[in-house]
Amino acid sequence: MTSLRLLKDKIYAKIMLIFTILSVAVVLVVGIGLYLKSVPVLNKLSLYTLLTSSVWKPLKGLFGFFPFIMGTLWVTGIAIIIALPLCLLTSFYITEYAPKRIKRILVPFVNLLSGIPPVIFGVWGVLFIVPLIQDHIAPHFVEFSTGYSVLAGGIVLAVMIFPLIVSIICEVLNTIPRDLKDASLALGATKWETIRKVSLRKAKPGIIAATVLAVSRAFGETIAVLMVCGNTAEVPHSVFDAGYPLPALIANNYGEMLSIPMYDSALMFAAFLLFIIILLFNIISRVILARLERRLAL
Amino acid sequence: MIRRKLEENFFRVLMVLATILVTGSFFLIVGTILYRGVPFMTWDMVSKIPGGGFYIGKEGGVLNAIVGSLYVAGGATILGLFISIPVAIYINMYLGGRTWLANALRIAFDVLFGIPSIVYGAFGFLIMVYFGIRASLLGGIVAVTLLVIPILVRTLDEVIRTVPRELRDATSALGATRWETAKVVIRQIRPGVFTAILLSFGRAVGDVASVLFTAGFSDNIPTSLHQPTATLPLAIFFQLGSPVAEVQGRAYASALILTIIVLIITVLSSILAKQFSKNTSR
Repeated sequence: MTSLRLLKDKIYAKIMLIFTILSVAVVLVVGIGLYLKSVPVLNKLSLYTLLTSSVWKPLKGLFGFFPFIMGTLWVTGIAIIIALPLCLLTSFYITEYAPKRIKRILVPFVNLLSGIPPVIFGVWGVLFIVPLIQDHIAPHFVEFSTGYSVLAGGIVLAVMIFPLIVSIICEVLNTIPRDLKDASLALGATKWETIRKVSLRKAKPGIIAATVLAVSRAFGETIAVLMVCGNTAEVPHSVFDAGYPLPALIANNYGEMLSIPMYDSALMFAAFLLFIIILLFNIISRVILARLERRLAL
Repeated sequence: MIRRKLEENFFRVLMVLATILVTGSFFLIVGTILYRGVPFMTWDMVSKIPGGGFYIGKEGGVLNAIVGSLYVAGGATILGLFISIPVAIYINMYLGGRTWLANALRIAFDVLFGIPSIVYGAFGFLIMVYFGIRASLLGGIVAVTLLVIPILVRTLDEVIRTVPRELRDATSALGATRWETAKVVIRQIRPGVFTAILLSFGRAVGDVASVLFTAGFSDNIPTSLHQPTATLPLAIFFQLGSPVAEVQGRAYASALILTIIVLIITVLSSILAKQFSKNTSR
């Protein structure tokens, strides 16, 4: 009887171990699979050419990813520039200033925002942000803009990463010892001075981790950005220019990629590129956050 | 002194404004969707499949997408649970929960969570081409399962960690094996499992980049795993670009339906989570 139970225990242990290994191995399998698929295009054109050339002519076998990389960077950059200061201020307000009653109302809305699917952000971008830029913002700066621009992509992305940044920074701020802040306040510093000179400094690793995580989320966001970004394969020169980020490129062209030689390989290379960058960024930020958490547990 | 006071007030106002903007964006989004979607919400919209083609036909509704979404998200969540419950138990009961290996696995799943759905979609497409499977309900379910496993594992893991150490120790002390202890623990975390299911379903029902390559699109409700299927996000994405006003209306209505589904799920899961934390803190 006992041996049967022990046997059962061991069998289940093995099964669960296999499941665990398999589900973690997904990272490796995805990476290897995408790499193998991008080998043909890597053999034909050098990595340097792929990354720095601006010529995108799939029919002639020319694949220059530079415009798409720049599109991704523009959109992500705008999103972070908008979101980070706003989210920092919001997090400070929620953790330091807001009365409990207001806090209890605010936090659920941040949660609700994080639950909204990307495609809804996209629809909102098309119906609200794009016309806003076209009619009210762009006319002050440029002669003509359709509104479908890297700015629209950046704004939509910024709103999408609000909840991620706010929740992480709030968590980090809550871990700062009360005593430190009290000491600063007792010396006569105002609340803002305490935030700037104590909390901000203490929360720095957490803020960096949150930002890196937000950047990687922004890199990979596809549909919402695709819907508002204009999607022309040129390097954007101003925020009102259209851009064409990497994920949008993949999503838009999968239909025809099997009918043009090398095209599928080039698109899989784009996916591989995204995968590697995001993987690195994620590992960096998760390790920072895990370390913060562990230091707290001690 | 006055300057410092001014600075304090200035930043306080700035913080309030930022908070209003950040939380207000939620109302702006839901407001926009309501404003455009409500006029198109009719009974036909939720009870009929599109007539005359999804891109140009003016008749019918989006029942195909609603049912397709439920199939894809439901299938992926169930499949994901079968994989992630054993994984969460393994990390906590067999690896001890706090060892470096367990922590490394947690980071690995967090990283998996961060991989964008377009990469899962592209990868799923690769596999399907390799095995010669056409875009279908099955393909969609598999791609979305990859997407939700990290969410399920991490949520279940957090929930299992809230089970009091004493309960596990008491079970073990009575001579139970680790597997028998795990069964006791699972019974204890049932509401937590439900939260995980909701979170996973919510993510699965709204994602589009993963099903874009893998699920195909169809005006009909799929009757087998090998038929292509529509989902709500796909219906929104494809129909929004149509030149026909009625079809665009279907996209707005789909957006409204999807938003409502997702909001209900988010609210339910946070209520459940709150109740669960009440249970364990006692």
